[in-house]
Amino acid sequence: MSVRDNTLVRYFLQATGYAAFIAVIGYFSTSPAIQVISSDESVITMAFAHAGKTRKSCHRLSQEELMKLAPNMRKAEDCPRERSPIVIEMLLDGEPIYSETFQPPGLFKDGSVDIYFSKRVPVGRHLLAIKMDDSVRTPGFDHVFEQEVSLQPAHILLVSFEPLGGFSVRQ
Amino acid sequence: MNIRKLSVPVNPVKRVFLALESWFNLSFGEQWNPMYHLGTLSFFLFWVILVTGIYLFIPFHGSINGAYASVEYMTHEQWYAAGVMRSLHRYASDAVVVTVCLHMVKEFASGHYQGFRWFSWVTGIPNLWMVVTLGITGYWLVWDELAQYVAIGSARLMDAIPLLSGAMTRNFVAGEMTDRFFILIEFLHLLGQPLILLFMLWFHVKRLSNVKINPPRGLAVGTLLALTALSLLKPAVSHAPADLATVPQVIQLDWFYLNIYPLLDRWTEGQAWILSLAVTWLITLLPWLPPKKDGAAAVVDLEHCNGCELCFDDCPYDAISVQARTDGRKFEKEIVVIPELCAACGICAGACPSSNPFRSRNRELKTGIDMPQLPVDRMRTITDEAIDSLTGELKILVYGCEHGFNVNRLDDSATRGIRLICSGMLPPTLVEYALYKGADGVMVAGCRYNDCHYRFGNRWLKQRFDGKRKPVLRGRADRRRIHVHGAAETDGREIQRELEQFRVQLAELKQAVPGDVVLDAGGES
Repeated sequence: MSVRDNTLVRYFLQATGYAAFIAVIGYFSTSPAIQVISSDESVITMAFAHAGKTRKSCHRLSQEELMKLAPNMRKAEDCPRERSPIVIEMLLDGEPIYSETFQPPGLFKDGSVDIYFSKRVPVGRHLLAIKMDDSVRTPGFDHVFEQEVSLQPAHILLVSFEPLGGFSVRQ
Repeated sequence: MNIRKLSVPVNPVKRVFLALESWFNLSFGEQWNPMYHLGTLSFFLFWVILVTGIYLFIPFHGSINGAYASVEYMTHEQWYAAGVMRSLHRYASDAVVVTVCLHMVKEFASGHYQGFRWFSWVTGIPNLWMVVTLGITGYWLVWDELAQYVAIGSARLMDAIPLLSGAMTRNFVAGEMTDRFFILIEFLHLLGQPLILLFMLWFHVKRLSNVKINPPRGLAVGTLLALTALSLLKPAVSHAPADLATVPQVIQLDWFYLNIYPLLDRWTEGQAWILSLAVTWLITLLPWLPPKKDGAAAVVDLEHCNGCELCFDDCPYDAISVQARTDGRKFEKEIVVIPELCAACGICAGACPSSNPFRSRNRELKTGIDMPQLPVDRMRTITDEAIDSLTGELKILVYGCEHGFNVNRLDDSATRGIRLICSGMLPPTLVEYALYKGADGVMVAGCRYNDCHYRFGNRWLKQRFDGKRKPVLRGRADRRRIHVHGAAETDGREIQRELEQFRVQLAELKQAVPGDVVLDAGGES
């Protein structure tokens, strides 16, 4: 009797086929597991949105300049929309771990920049320094932050920025 | 017979599939062979995912703070109902990736992606993207550590797209995630993506006729039982709840859906996109690398067409339409071929009742719909020549096709192989004619049953021979002298065995009934 004619053998082979199918699905649905971060690492994440200062300051139009404009376009001050690029640097224990320059987005280069940076670093106490230059009208960095931080295993140290309050960190 | 003569070179991937199919033919039978139902199995799994998803939606709490607890309740408190449903939802989703990928690789290995098939191939690729992204958004909804890992990875990928605002990742820093964003993902997963996928699936099969979206019942039940068994043996469970102030240390990844995310640890988001898009484009362009020219489209001859619509019914690719008669003859309808949809398989010529070789015996045989590259008249001539060339005691003609076993390899003094474009283009009356003209037996060896290169050729042929589909093989044809056996390129030994058995059967028949059985020359016109 051939395998085709033996119902029991065929059922057994079918069961084997189904078993192989669910074994593949069962295994790869959770395995192999991945180690996202090791136990001696922590993460520093910097996330905020910020608009650089305008490249040029507003200037009051003279009577002569005003007269050159159409009546409906006349206003006392001309404020160029284009913003400064944002230069940002992060140092950990004096070593640079991040440095980036963001050009302002938008047709008129007047949008705010979304900044997101995340990096794995060793746990323990570190000196964290962040510098940001957001104006081409003033030399050097406009915002400087420095603080000793204690990084816990698998914890995220979040760095954020508020225009009025400056940089802050929280865990 | 020289065995080497029977073995043919086949690309290694196709050889693997043919071997797998042979094994499944043995265990599941040709009707239930899952390799022949990968597309319909994918549809079936989609329905399982849909039904279990609707069930899970009822106790699911769609908010950042409520989602995890509600999933935990389903998994542990109600493990026997919602828990099993959750596992089924997960495993059917994983299984659909397996069936869809197998479907795609099998079609590629079989050469079912070039020429007229470009449309089905290309429209299948967005489906794969949609299936994967649908699975990804599903993982968000549990809102555990895996969801957190996937959400941040997805946001990084989205933020890398130049035209988007780049602000998505900032949703996933501690304290920033809102119910509003979560509900948006929920809406996408529960309604938006499934509807788009359904629409795209409709598009994917649009150029096919007689589309089946359900696998054989036995195979569907078996698959469901197997997935239920897996759900009970290894229930789907969650990781720890998401905590955006920490990084999950170990993730048990679903590699069917989430395989791109570990790459983000080593590559930039841009590199991950380039890889994904490059693979997608490469697969999309495959039908034209290099381009393949289809054979000439079928041609209608209204002089011999009465508009019976048999070719319309049998065309596997919806390349034939019916319209009101335009030539003033007494018939109501006429047939029109849409050349750009025509696969040039010739199944329509086999379906045409005018493809009767007993007609016009002393002049060119014309039929209602014919293939310019192999007209029915030429098939009749080849048949005549083949019979005349045989010198053996038992003369056997073996009709085959261009995509199954090469029947010319069976040629000897008593056997002659005739290759058609598709076995479905063989008019039943031509078999009758061959027997009448002196063949002792006729064997038809198209592709393996249920695995026809042109979808239905061998199935329609068998139904015509069994009297279940028009035009039927007439009662006067001696069924004992006709044998049908599907065979792939690699089935040389099997087809040789079948041929030998058939020869023995014919010899016994000839001994029992000496002399030739003379048939009436029916259908003369």
